[in-house]
Amino acid sequence: MEILMAILASILFATAIYNLLQKQFLRIIIGTVLLSHAAHLFLLTMGKLKRGNPPVLVEGVTNYADPLPQALILTSIVISFGVTSFLLVLAYRTYTLNKSDNMDELRGSSDE
Amino acid sequence: MSNLAVLPIVIPLIASVISAFIPKKLGLSRFIAKLFAIIFLVYAGYLAWVVFTDGIIVMQASGWAAPFGISIVADYLSVTLVLITSILTTAAVFYAPSSLSQLQESYYFYTFMFLMISGVVGAFLTGDLFNLFVFFEVLLMASYGLIVLGGGKVQLRESLKYVLFNVFSSMLFVTTIGFIYASVGTVNMAHLAERIQEAEQAGILTGLAVLLFFVFAIKAAIFPLYYWLPNSYIVPNPVVSALFGALLTKVGIYSILRVFTLIFNHDIGITHEIFTWLAIFTMLFGVIGALSTQNVKLIVTYNIIPAIGFILMGISLYSSAGIEGSVYYLVHDMIIKAALFFLVGALVVAAGTDDLRKMGGLITRYPVLGWLFFIGSLVLAGVPPFSGFIGKILLLRGSLEQEEILLTVAALITSLLILYSMIRIFVRGFWGDTVEGLPEGQNKKVRHLTIPAAVLLAISIFIGIGAEFIYPHVETIANMLLDRAEYINAVLRE
Repeated sequence: MEILMAILASILFATAIYNLLQKQFLRIIIGTVLLSHAAHLFLLTMGKLKRGNPPVLVEGVTNYADPLPQALILTSIVISFGVTSFLLVLAYRTYTLNKSDNMDELRGSSDE
Repeated sequence: MSNLAVLPIVIPLIASVISAFIPKKLGLSRFIAKLFAIIFLVYAGYLAWVVFTDGIIVMQASGWAAPFGISIVADYLSVTLVLITSILTTAAVFYAPSSLSQLQESYYFYTFMFLMISGVVGAFLTGDLFNLFVFFEVLLMASYGLIVLGGGKVQLRESLKYVLFNVFSSMLFVTTIGFIYASVGTVNMAHLAERIQEAEQAGILTGLAVLLFFVFAIKAAIFPLYYWLPNSYIVPNPVVSALFGALLTKVGIYSILRVFTLIFNHDIGITHEIFTWLAIFTMLFGVIGALSTQNVKLIVTYNIIPAIGFILMGISLYSSAGIEGSVYYLVHDMIIKAALFFLVGALVVAAGTDDLRKMGGLITRYPVLGWLFFIGSLVLAGVPPFSGFIGKILLLRGSLEQEEILLTVAALITSLLILYSMIRIFVRGFWGDTVEGLPEGQNKKVRHLTIPAAVLLAISIFIGIGAEFIYPHVETIANMLLDRAEYINAVLRE
């Protein structure tokens, strides 16, 4: 199961990087979204996948799920959600002011 | 265990929330900002005094003992940096009203600024790797708000790139934390430090160390990952640039200093050897950038990069002289960078342009600004007896002790070129013939902009001349970083 999840995360990472290297804003933003999904899936896998066990540590119980990755992912999901929505608004404003959504045309030079 | 350690994060947060409710009442929000900045300054001074007399203070959030809960650790290095941050906050609050337009100020400038300060302080104080990521995000979210403030065409374009780089490095950070948690089973820094010494698979851990270094190197602008920095730091208002230049990259280099002295020092032969080369290239390429341009803001911005190189140089040496030099240089650079950004902000107002070719003869009209700029350049380049000199002499001594000749030569050349790049502004901008068409009636504004910078310069000169007083504290910090046992015991055993 962990192997399968790791492969899935790696596919997500690859598509994310591919999208990040594109020139259009929207593709890049989709790239960041996929990147955060990949990171979260990866984090979940790293805490070892177990089903049907409560994340409670009682004396004598050895088979319990690790609650830490869930806590980390929750925090991280909230953050990446906020950043993505900000990024969309910023991209829209940049597009309306600069009249372009192509990174090639937004290089900028020192003579401005 | 004490709640004293968490208050430096809470005070700016409260200020941020209060000023979010009164953005349009400028008089009141300025007053609140100044009040809280001064409370923060006094409190940070008190905390530093307590920590240096009584030892490290650790707060375990909600009473969950480390390594299960989140630890907030006020050790010697953290409280020193918190104190410097509070000084810069106070200076920025007094600088901002003259530098920003009223419209910009009323669009939540103080809210974002205090939120960013809260994140920076949190990053300095946290004793937990994941918590470090959270505080990075807090300060980055606030910095996104600050960098788009004003919303010009160029500004938005560069902001977008800045945000994208940071999103990428943040996600890489989370992934690295996932790797570390999987291989060592903890994210508490003190606990990590213990477990990594016992761990068997040193090769994997070295790989993870380099990955983590990559994340921090993006934030700290280390060669070859500094290309995002110059353009995105010159677009916002000078007060924002000053805070970015003095605090944000320093949080990155602080994280490297912390992680690679406390946690990943099991394989110095590989990691710290990489640092040596990167330090050389960071210093040289940064200063070449500063020489390549005629834009005064860009010259100062490029000078952030060699400073990071100097601090990395001390970390790469990993000896007591090297770490002492790094800490001294870090403290010195935070203050002088803010002062120089403030002065350049005043210079741009006085000259009406940021192009060095269109300036000249400003010294007749603004003598105080001119001479302050001259002193600031000397402080930055490390001319004795100013503060940069003490840091550099420690670094060079450490470097010569280990016979790193190339590193020493690179550091010396860089210092000389830094002086040249800054003096160029003084010679071209302040001397020479007075150019036509200087903006009139800016004297009052320039004077208001010069005062906070002058105060910061005075502090910077004190750090140099008062080395007798400062150096023992720096020695305490370096001993704690190299010995590690004090930190680990404070977090895990109390």
